[in-house]
Amino acid sequence: MAEQAQTQAALALPARMDAPRPRARPALLRSPLTIAGLALMAVFVACALTASVLAPYDPIKQFLSQRLKPPSPEHWMGTDQLGRDLFSRMLFGAQISLTIGVGVVAPVAVFGTILGLVAGYAGGLLDEILMRVTDVFLAFPPLILAMAIAGALGPSLTNAMIAIAVVSWPVYVRLVRGQVLSLRQREFVEAARAIGASTPRILSQHLLPNLLAPLLVQATFDLGGTILIAAGLSFIGFGAQIPTPEWGVMISDGRKYVTTQPWLPLFPGLAILVTVAAFNLIGDGLRDALDPRLRGNL
Amino acid sequence: MNFLTFLIRRLIGIVAVMLGVSVITFTISHLVPADPVAAALGDRAREDQVAAFRAEYGLDKPVVEQYFIYMNGLLHGDLGKSIRTRRPVADDLRDFFPATFELSLVALLVALVIGMPTGIWSALFRNRLPDHLVRLFALVGGSLPIFWLGLLLIGLFYSQLGWLPPGGRIDDFIPPPQTITGLFVLDSLLTANSAALRSSLHHLILPAFTLGYFSTAVISRMMRSSMLEVLNQDYMRTARAKGLLERFVILRHGLRNALIPTLTIIGLTFGSLLSGAVLTETIFTWPGLGRYATASAIGLDFPAVMGVTLLAAIVYPVANLIVDLGYAWLDPRIRNA
Repeated sequence: MAEQAQTQAALALPARMDAPRPRARPALLRSPLTIAGLALMAVFVACALTASVLAPYDPIKQFLSQRLKPPSPEHWMGTDQLGRDLFSRMLFGAQISLTIGVGVVAPVAVFGTILGLVAGYAGGLLDEILMRVTDVFLAFPPLILAMAIAGALGPSLTNAMIAIAVVSWPVYVRLVRGQVLSLRQREFVEAARAIGASTPRILSQHLLPNLLAPLLVQATFDLGGTILIAAGLSFIGFGAQIPTPEWGVMISDGRKYVTTQPWLPLFPGLAILVTVAAFNLIGDGLRDALDPRLRGNL
Repeated sequence: MNFLTFLIRRLIGIVAVMLGVSVITFTISHLVPADPVAAALGDRAREDQVAAFRAEYGLDKPVVEQYFIYMNGLLHGDLGKSIRTRRPVADDLRDFFPATFELSLVALLVALVIGMPTGIWSALFRNRLPDHLVRLFALVGGSLPIFWLGLLLIGLFYSQLGWLPPGGRIDDFIPPPQTITGLFVLDSLLTANSAALRSSLHHLILPAFTLGYFSTAVISRMMRSSMLEVLNQDYMRTARAKGLLERFVILRHGLRNALIPTLTIIGLTFGSLLSGAVLTETIFTWPGLGRYATASAIGLDFPAVMGVTLLAAIVYPVANLIVDLGYAWLDPRIRNA
């Protein structure tokens, strides 16, 4: 979950501005584990995008006569305590998880990157203030802060996403600032400055492209981490609410049936595990591909 | 910079971070749309009841004044009164913290005992079957929702096999050990209470493994990576060339050097255990800070939420400070610097 982000940040990439980036793609596709991760992610995204077409039943509509049916040709993953088709709910769950992942990570990465660029390039008092604010946010255990925010805003999926975003941005600021500090003294930045390039141009045209590799790695890990923390928040009642077919809510719903109808908590849990593992495998693969020194070491 | 200067600078840093943490938690608690008065008294409360409640918790004063009153209390060890339990928050934290601390410590122990040897093993057998198995174990650990793992473990070890209890810290029919530290295992040992010791250990197994699995995965990965780096160093070759036993070379020369980066991760991990404790305690009805925090956040009990977040936020920088001090013990270059 978000603690994972901090751990991954600790293992983050060093600066690699003049690396021959074209090598990244073949190296990425050489690892069978990364290919497995990409394949799993493709399945996840395909399920999410086609849920409304693929789902054989309405994920919310109750069929009380069909309650707690085991997996069968009619209901591939069985039905829940209200007769809802679990397979259909799982597909829509993928859609919700994809929305959560992208909906949190994309804005957070952009926001964190801008702050990190500004802090690292400007230096001085502004850098000092931004770093101290970042330190404060990093001191919170992510789930506890997210829970406090989600509780205060009121339990809902949107508020859970806001809460996760609030705890996730500092990692990007730290990551980008560190890279900028090492890059800003390099010849190509000095050359840009010497020919009179403006600060926004240096930041966006010269520094940003060199930060994309570590940012991509971090964002990939965070996609998985965000899905995990959102499921955790929903499980304890601070995220999506019933009858939303969110995987954390479905596990919480199915916890009473763990021994009698084990498929109820089993499938959503497996879906979270496989999806997060896919992002972690891709993150590992990207990191190895973009920094050959780490290849096979982690 | 000598050791004392380093320590003082770090402590000042921790105080500054805590000040920032207090501002953020206070802002979240007081400037959000949720209404703690309505949550505590319900929608049908009379105006005089609402006014009395606001006065009792200082909510009738301007927000900035409330913050300074809170900070003044904090400096005197007063964290305010819980809206839900009607007790001083400091007393609540004192009651609930030992359970979480005990669970986190045992989870960390599980993570170290499993994570370090598997990481070393994995490195020694790089790209062979043991390595693949350990990496799979670590991948699952880093991707698994721990509340789901807890649920499955309860289903298997309690409902199916009947080997382990599903929750709580001790059996209902066994009186808890006399409180000395608040840690049941330690208190049972100190008071030679074998029944309480057996029962509390029994109750710790599932939650500690559930909570510790993520950290086990992280430590195992880091240990493997550090060992791989160390195994190719010249001093390892020299140690082997001297004719030392392989076991001695690995443990005495390899492990000690590989431990330094792993120690950093252990510090980060301990902070993360508190987050995991929220979910683990919910699943295993463990009467600790996590459950207290959840119930407080649901009930909009802001003094309690602030108390928990402040306490949780201090654990992380303190754990990192302890890790930095641990470097000095491990690495003579740092110790002598």
